[in-house]
Amino acid sequence: MLYSHDMLFKSLADPTRRVIFERLCREGEQTVGALTAQAGVSQPAVSKHLGVLKQAGLVLDRHAGRQTHYSAQRGALAALIDWTSEMAGFWESRFDDLEDLLKRMDQ
Amino acid sequence: MTDAATQTRSVIVEREIAYPPEKIWRALTQPRLIAEWLMANDFQPVVGHRFDLRADWGTVDCQVLEIEPNRTLSYTWAANGLESVVTWTLTSTTRGVHLRMEQTGFQADQKLAYHGAKAGWPRFLARLEEMLARAD
Repeated sequence: MLYSHDMLFKSLADPTRRVIFERLCREGEQTVGALTAQAGVSQPAVSKHLGVLKQAGLVLDRHAGRQTHYSAQRGALAALIDWTSEMAGFWESRFDDLEDLLKRMDQ
Repeated sequence: MTDAATQTRSVIVEREIAYPPEKIWRALTQPRLIAEWLMANDFQPVVGHRFDLRADWGTVDCQVLEIEPNRTLSYTWAANGLESVVTWTLTSTTRGVHLRMEQTGFQADQKLAYHGAKAGWPRFLARLEEMLARAD
């Protein structure tokens, strides 16, 4: 995995960045200008947030003329919603409880 | 269905347990005992029997696929868009039993993507916030 869980968590911990990311997921590729118009913060602030999202692998930028277009990379979330890691933790703790039960069955 | 939607994966958890297979088998197949380590259930050791595993977070729909007493037990496991099969294998060793659980299946990606636009994202983000709160 290229990007760490830490970076994903940190970048999505900020409410403004979540709004930006969700909008890109919902509405597709957008320019910084279009995102700023609805974000309620300045363009440099939006650019900074996009930089953090990009570092975490959550967005991709594409330069076209003087404009930069950003798009969401939903695939980056796969690490967080991968069922195998969730279930592995689940079964490990079930095994613990099973062993506890087997001990109790002795008595 | 796309390849991504049908891509299967597995989780394997295995342990050496110092008890005879008959005893472990009882813990795996008697409803009262299953409830003690897994979830409340209406399991019956009958091939084809449909049963539920019930927890406070939801229900898992299951159906018994294969039973070979003291050796192997297999049932389907469907919950939250996850379609899978859980297979327990008991192998006698000098110390007791090598107990192996393999869960193989796939996430119904297309179904999730379909519902995702409305329900998925807010729920995902709420869950993320919960996780972050717990991490503090």
